[in-house]
Amino acid sequence: MENEKVTVNINGCNYEVGAGLNVLEACRSVGVEVPFFCYHPKLKVAGSCRMCLVTIGTPARDRATGELLKKEDGSPEISWMPKPAIACGTKVSQNMHVVTDSEFIKSCRESVLEFLLLNHPLDCPICDKAGECKLQEYANTFGRGESRYIENKNVKPKKVMVAGKIMMDSQRCIECSRCIRFCREFIGRSTFSFTKRGSKTEISVYPNSDNDSNYLLNVVDGCPVGALTEKAFRFKMRTWFLKVTDSICGESSAGINVRVWSRNGKIYRITPRRNDAVNDMWMTDSGRYIHYRFEAKNRMSVARIDSSPCDLGYAAERCLEILKLGKVAIVANAWQSVEEMFLMKRLADACGAKIYMISHVGADDGKLLSADRTPNMRGAFLTGLLDSYPPKDFKGLGAAIDAGEVGTVLCFREDLKDFGLEQKQLKAANIIYCGALENNISASAKICIPLRTEFEKNGSWVNRQFRIQKFNMAVQAPENTFADIDFLSFLLSELEGSHFDAPSAEDVRAEMAKSIVAMKDAVHIPASGLPLDSSQFASVDFPEEDAMHYSRQKK
Amino acid sequence: MAIVVERKKLGFFERLYLPQIISGLWITLKNIFRPRVTLEYPDQAPVLPVGYRGAPTLVKDSEGREKCVSCQLCEFVCPSKAITVTPGEIPADSQYAFIEKAPAEFKIDMLRCIYCGLCEEACPERAIVLQNNFSINGASRAELIYNKTKLYAEGGVLPDKIMKWKRVKDNAELEGGSH
Ligand code: SF4
Ligand code: SF4
Ligand code: SF4
Ligand code: FES
Repeated sequence: MENEKVTVNINGCNYEVGAGLNVLEACRSVGVEVPFFCYHPKLKVAGSCRMCLVTIGTPARDRATGELLKKEDGSPEISWMPKPAIACGTKVSQNMHVVTDSEFIKSCRESVLEFLLLNHPLDCPICDKAGECKLQEYANTFGRGESRYIENKNVKPKKVMVAGKIMMDSQRCIECSRCIRFCREFIGRSTFSFTKRGSKTEISVYPNSDNDSNYLLNVVDGCPVGALTEKAFRFKMRTWFLKVTDSICGESSAGINVRVWSRNGKIYRITPRRNDAVNDMWMTDSGRYIHYRFEAKNRMSVARIDSSPCDLGYAAERCLEILKLGKVAIVANAWQSVEEMFLMKRLADACGAKIYMISHVGADDGKLLSADRTPNMRGAFLTGLLDSYPPKDFKGLGAAIDAGEVGTVLCFREDLKDFGLEQKQLKAANIIYCGALENNISASAKICIPLRTEFEKNGSWVNRQFRIQKFNMAVQAPENTFADIDFLSFLLSELEGSHFDAPSAEDVRAEMAKSIVAMKDAVHIPASGLPLDSSQFASVDFPEEDAMHYSRQKK
Repeated sequence: MAIVVERKKLGFFERLYLPQIISGLWITLKNIFRPRVTLEYPDQAPVLPVGYRGAPTLVKDSEGREKCVSCQLCEFVCPSKAITVTPGEIPADSQYAFIEKAPAEFKIDMLRCIYCGLCEEACPERAIVLQNNFSINGASRAELIYNKTKLYAEGGVLPDKIMKWKRVKDNAELEGGSH
């Protein structure tokens, strides 16, 4: 069924399109634009906005014999539907004829828009959706430009707070019901509904409904107009100023594809990016605020040796000296990119160090927040940092320090104190702490190296499906911070004597492809990610449960 | 390669210089009796033509309401990137809370502004207007980045014929709405 094709004639040209598509998707697949409001590729069809009207015809048949009728010139006779039909709610069929560009269809669109705009408040200047609003775009492209309406506009509730995170403005709503369908179909609980009738219809929230879902903000992305806007982003910045960077959410091993919206080095919001193999078009609400972690005041801004600030290069040199003394343990973490892990593994081999990692596990919601709250645990397996799922704390490292096997701990990001190391163990070893944020051990660490956050560097993570996905640098890193790759390759080139100066993530992946079989194709990763072979890890006991596009058994 | 420029030889009258001086003085003499066009600026102010584009300012309407809603269209259109708007929300206890949005801060760098008037053209609220002030000076660069207070002080009140937001409010009251 999936690869079956049918021939459809769109505006006089024949195209091969996938059977089972609706007319709207079929037109889109061949580059013919059909405007729509209520249709959503991931929700059921409602057919409520009528913006997608097209004229549809099918080959005529003789009523008696059922034979296809032919015109005099031999071409099939088409029986056109007397009225326009909605493209979103009509499936394509063999030899269907579709017209989207006639004067009639243009007048349909114009009229639909005129109706939608009758009671619309037209407050684009104060509306956060402006710039990415479908109504604005279509009114511009397909509208008639002037209003003939002289009566008073309907007035509906504005500025209604929903669940503490959404601002609802029913006057702007065009009654497309996407929000209603999303809550019903994805969250599985109704939050929004229409009340009143006719032109007074308004979008409302069920009273006393508990809207604590972690997915509610997806209705904001889904709302084609500014009726639902995000409280946290309200009046912060107009969308057209924001630079969009494709990235991956680091909240959990689900590996949600996201867009990071920033301006002048400040991240304003994070929204989901469509990936039909991972997150469809959704993301968690909590993942949208993950950048707040790094806006915190405890950002480490300068390198330190014995608590006194120093030059970054000097600190790195001192680091090297200490590593050369031997008895090193490296603490890695699964927020690091695959590239960094690969270098880390080589670093560990070069200085004979053992690698310690811990797991960060939370509740699995069966959707897009998976139990493993790190984005790249699979990457640690692929690069050889791990061969079994790591424990929850650093007791093993503590024991090694007590036994005198470890004299230096090169720790990346993790808070050793919170996860099982005692004060006297921390004292007994030289701690080199590398991370973007200060934590419990950074103040007393021998050397502190400030690193970059995942928004400030390029790299890739491997999610729970063993799909490698790229994240890109969204904002400039502050001065005096090291990209992990640069820092690691500096240490490596000194210890190994290799020449590996400031490589890009791509360079490292090219190296990796040579030595890791599963990664052999992963040099240039497409925007939708690349599934990797995971058969060798089938026996690892990963904590994630079955969820969207992921099943445990299939490992 | 050097280019040798031929100099024309001066004639006898030219070498006398006097005819030139006399004709120059004649022009001076004529102009003494012409009407004066030079202005004694700054003691005398020029009469500016209608539509003159001086410094951009922010204006209030006749109710004294700040008209700007911080839509940032002027910031977007400004070719010299002179404008920086920090959007903000109108506090709930204000009588204008229903307009929802107003600038928390508004800065125009007068050193960057080229008086093109595009901001005025783009503004959907007619809140930013290039008025008659052409004499923009200060003792430092920082002083010439006008902030919101300064821009409103410069702009003053510009009566609004349409009073769009008042209409919105009246309509809401009429229709039993929720403003
Ligand atoms: S609030 Fe938005 S998504 Fe919901 S029905 Fe109205 S326009 Fe559609
Ligand atoms: S007049 Fe032109 S240059 Fe000056 S602030 Fe306005 S848009 Fe910018
Ligand atoms: S001055 Fe006008 S264009 Fe500029 S932010 Fe204010 S309302 Fe918008
Ligand atoms: S998109 Fe087809 S009816 Fe709304």
